[in-house]
Amino acid sequence: MSTTTDSKVRIQLEDFSVTDEIEVMKKVSRNIGGITTFLGTGRELSKGENITQLNFEHYPKMAEKKLEEIRLKAIKDYGIIDMSIIHRIGPIEIGENIVLIVAVGEHRKETFVACEWAIAELKRTTPIWKRETTSSGEVWVQDTP
Amino acid sequence: MITIKFFASLKTIAEMEEKIIEVSNSISMDQLSEIISKTSPKMGEFIREKKVMISVNEEMADSDTIIHDGDEVAFLPPFSGGS
Repeated sequence: MSTTTDSKVRIQLEDFSVTDEIEVMKKVSRNIGGITTFLGTGRELSKGENITQLNFEHYPKMAEKKLEEIRLKAIKDYGIIDMSIIHRIGPIEIGENIVLIVAVGEHRKETFVACEWAIAELKRTTPIWKRETTSSGEVWVQDTP
Repeated sequence: MITIKFFASLKTIAEMEEKIIEVSNSISMDQLSEIISKTSPKMGEFIREKKVMISVNEEMADSDTIIHDGDEVAFLPPFSGGS
């Protein structure tokens, strides 16, 4: 598991500060004029059932590699200046942070598009799995709404 | 030696997280599924019916991929990261 805080792509057990992560990305360039963030958090209701806890598992090394591929492709294809992607693993309570994507660019338009593409691509290509605990028991989520 | 890893729901189906097998030559995915079927018939069925994704050395692979001595093969259920 990568826990180095200077990396722009991280998978970690501990929570992150959205403010701190944005500040880090603001320092990347003096040409940044727009920043778009996506913050995914633990939702209580899933398919009509109350979730009491979430738990995320990943494939170490491959998951980090996929996130770095997403970051580099977002920079190349959408013309943003940079991107950071942080995903938590382990037990996560309702309302807690799960994933943060920060896209920084000269203008807002490319950062919106890059951020939306990156979260969809993360769900599609990155070996991370979510297990939900409800009153009925524990279940591995097999789809990505 | 080939290292085989199972993740998330597949750990329950395979009844293991990791398996190491010794091979003298490269093997096909079909041969690997036969080996896995001996200890976990249900997992072998999942592989044959292509109900799982496969990676070899952390890159996505398919049923035609040849597995070599020293490779790491992982069986991956559908991803559900994000939020």
